[in-house]
Amino acid sequence: MGSEVQINMVGDRVLDRDIHVLEVRDLRVRYQTAAGPVRAVNGVSFFLRPGERLGLVGESGSGKSTTALSLMRLLHEPAIIEGGEVLLNGVDLLRLSEEAMRKARFADISLIPQGAMNSLNPMMKIGEQLRDTVRAHRLTDSKATLDGHIHTVLASVDLRADIMEAYAHELSGGMKQRVCIAMGILLKPKVIIADEPTSALDVVVQRQVMETLGRVQKELGAAIVLVGHDMGLMAQFVNRIGVMYGGKLVEVGPVRDIFKDPLHPYTRLLIGSLPTLQSKEVFKGIPGLTPSLLAPPSGCMFHPRCPSMMAHCAVDVPPLVEIKPERWVACHLY
Amino acid sequence: MPRLEALNVTKVFGDRLFSKRRTVAVDDISLIIKEEKPTITAIAGESGSGKTTLARLLLGIIQPSAGAIHFGGQELAKMNRQDRKLFRRQVQAIFQDPFEVYNPFYKVDQVLTTPVHNFHLAASREAAQQLIADSLRLAGLQPEDTLGRYPHQLSGGQRQRIMVARALLLNPKIILADEPVSMVDASLRATILESLMKLKREMGISLIYITHDLTTAYQISENIYILYRGAVAEVGSVEQVIKAPQHPYTRLLVNSIPLPDPDLQWGGEPDVEAKAAAPSVSARSMQGCKFADRCPFVMAECHAAPPPLYHTNADRAVACYLYKEAEPVSGRAMAEYLAA
Amino acid sequence: MKTATLPGTTSYNAGSTRWGMARRGLAFFKNNRTFTFGLLLLLALYLFGVVGSQLTSPKRAEMGANPLNLRPTVKDPLGTDGLGRDMFAVMVIGIPNTFKIGFLAGAVGLVIGTCIGLFAGYYGGYADTLFSSFADVMLVIPALAILITVSAYVRVVTVEIMALIVGLLAWPLPARVIRSQTLSLRNRLFVEVARLSGANDFEIIMLQILPNLTAYLAASFVGAVSSGILTSVGLEVLGLGPQNVPTIGRTLFYAFKYQALFRGMWWWWGPPIVTLAIIFAGLFQLSISLDKYANPRLRGADRG
Repeated sequence: MGSEVQINMVGDRVLDRDIHVLEVRDLRVRYQTAAGPVRAVNGVSFFLRPGERLGLVGESGSGKSTTALSLMRLLHEPAIIEGGEVLLNGVDLLRLSEEAMRKARFADISLIPQGAMNSLNPMMKIGEQLRDTVRAHRLTDSKATLDGHIHTVLASVDLRADIMEAYAHELSGGMKQRVCIAMGILLKPKVIIADEPTSALDVVVQRQVMETLGRVQKELGAAIVLVGHDMGLMAQFVNRIGVMYGGKLVEVGPVRDIFKDPLHPYTRLLIGSLPTLQSKEVFKGIPGLTPSLLAPPSGCMFHPRCPSMMAHCAVDVPPLVEIKPERWVACHLY
Repeated sequence: MPRLEALNVTKVFGDRLFSKRRTVAVDDISLIIKEEKPTITAIAGESGSGKTTLARLLLGIIQPSAGAIHFGGQELAKMNRQDRKLFRRQVQAIFQDPFEVYNPFYKVDQVLTTPVHNFHLAASREAAQQLIADSLRLAGLQPEDTLGRYPHQLSGGQRQRIMVARALLLNPKIILADEPVSMVDASLRATILESLMKLKREMGISLIYITHDLTTAYQISENIYILYRGAVAEVGSVEQVIKAPQHPYTRLLVNSIPLPDPDLQWGGEPDVEAKAAAPSVSARSMQGCKFADRCPFVMAECHAAPPPLYHTNADRAVACYLYKEAEPVSGRAMAEYLAA
Repeated sequence: MKTATLPGTTSYNAGSTRWGMARRGLAFFKNNRTFTFGLLLLLALYLFGVVGSQLTSPKRAEMGANPLNLRPTVKDPLGTDGLGRDMFAVMVIGIPNTFKIGFLAGAVGLVIGTCIGLFAGYYGGYADTLFSSFADVMLVIPALAILITVSAYVRVVTVEIMALIVGLLAWPLPARVIRSQTLSLRNRLFVEVARLSGANDFEIIMLQILPNLTAYLAASFVGAVSSGILTSVGLEVLGLGPQNVPTIGRTLFYAFKYQALFRGMWWWWGPPIVTLAIIFAGLFQLSISLDKYANPRLRGADRG
């Protein structure tokens, strides 16, 4: 099946395929647990083009959230970044000093966390938290210029300026998530990591929040990594998808190609299991269990559940290779 | 004779003497599940729609402020001990997965031994073990893989199936499933929905499927109740309600489903969205239609009195004045009609 | 910050054997240095009383049993007081008595408080309003005032009666803690599941709610023991404690009454004060280490 090479449009300009705003190479993260080390992220490599929307999907334990947090270097004990590079415009974030990384957060790469309710300080007014975020990076701004800037950003996420005087508990879930988006774009970062930003929201609010996020991202020209498990949300939002399984990326490709012509057997089963409004009472789950990361299967992580398993799948780990333009897959079938 | 009926039930919270705030969590809802023919009925709505409160009413965990829950023709509140125990056995529930349904203090066995003990389901220890093992196998689990473990030592899917096994122990006629798949991974979701379908097909159990997810509701159920702030917005067969929604709120909901297809774009009718995008401000306009402050088609009469259900299609009714040409129908009559 | 989930990281046989349980117990003490330290402190003090009582006779703690005002010597390590009591014997008998009052009072307060807290928290409504307001009133009224009145009426105060009096006033604090926890636990889904499984209210309270309160019960117990010791010592210092047996507080009462401070008899007022300091240091260590388990806001702090 020949997938036609698509032209990704961002705003009005055509993406330059060779410029990578973010490049992750062979990222490895290990959790030290009482029962032994767990390789939560096991050699993940991907890149992000300027202004692009990349989705990282996976089930719980696939390592998607760990990947997101390690890009921000926000993991702490018992997680250890074992190796790899996270190049933001050529600078390896993993090699930066703690102070330089603190400066880079929000200014160059920002995070919109999962569950906004827990990430806002309940004791501080929203306005103070937003001001603090800016002040941590720019000391010179007067309060008037600062507030002017914050008002503009709040308006761009459809929030009124008087929200600055509110405390987190006075806001609805959707509004809190918008505050987090505002915080994420306050310093005009080049890359935004959104870790399941709408998982706690109702569908209607989810759509509204995602539309807002999409709009501000476009205005800003920032690239975005959307981390999540909801394939529907991915289909609606991103340009490219990276599918994670057992701490590895198993497939990366343009969103349409992934949905129309999934290559990896896991992606194929995952997409087949999605409920649609086209059919009723037909359910195709993926047999078997998610792999234990304590005692991971040998060879390909998916081989115990794979319908197209071959003998050497249990022995050799398939590398992620570009088998045709824009399509990367880690499977011995190709 | 109908088995489980909610007849014009209303539940008001905070209605005590000194409390200032009153919340109408469930507002005059009727729902009927008959025994003869096993069905799956979905109750769908967002948070705050009252769907969980309705579930708790149907399970007899809380009492309605007005109206009544009947089981086998008897009012729940007036049942004697014996009948109440029978009701408990025949109407069971499965909850949203996480650890919440398990007492972290105990091994998972405890949720299975408690009903056996309390309902005297087994004469001996061995019989009890046998019974538990059988119901675990019915739910698709191997007893030796699950018993003797703590909840955190099992996967989400295993934990959810144990809850199914718990319900099956009691050999119920009706199972109420409250968001059974919302915390479960995509690959497992299909498997669990499949086993719910099996309960209906193979064991003749009727299900009440409570969810916020219209896609899965469409897939497994025959009828659906769309709730908005405690009241029924639209009710009918899923084919009608989800495939051709009429109430502006249902249309908004259906349009907001993130469909797993990049070519089916989110959104659609822009006029529905324009207004709905503004977060609703006043929760005070309670005497009229509850959706009025978000509705793009709002009319004067919408603020005056809550709209009755209009019987727009053979198997669907909508609570919206846009359809006032149609015959009005009572919620109870509609429930009766759908159950038949 | 949210940490990513890790499935399949649980080990299935940890703690299932007796050896495993012992190892986990050991690990608990190792990981909770403060707790271990506090416990050892109290244990050491108690052992001092137990071992010491083998080395001396209670007779020596009676008035006039020894020469008066002796400085500590090797033979009489703590000297004698102005009334001829051997201070070592007084401490050796007084420490366990003070412990006994504290623990009995703590237990009485905890049992009453737990029952009231469970009842008020589980049933809510008017029962809750009634008990909570009562507990709040009790918390505001100075317990010492009540105790002084009661103690003045009771003719012969023994160690047990003392403990009972103090314990009867020590329940409001545990009651409040247990009530608030019960309030949140009763709405948990597992309570609902138990109810659907046919469990009645009593079974739900005893089997579903109570086991989850272990950390709170332990913390409340330590708190109740502390306040029990504090109040009883306070009463004793005022001369209202048990009259016929030595306690730490009563020793202080005599030391003040006979102006040990001005007479330079440090061996009279010193030992009881040091003892009290050790008791409270130990109880404080215990209570802050248990707080980590009982207070969810501190719980995440060292787990990441």
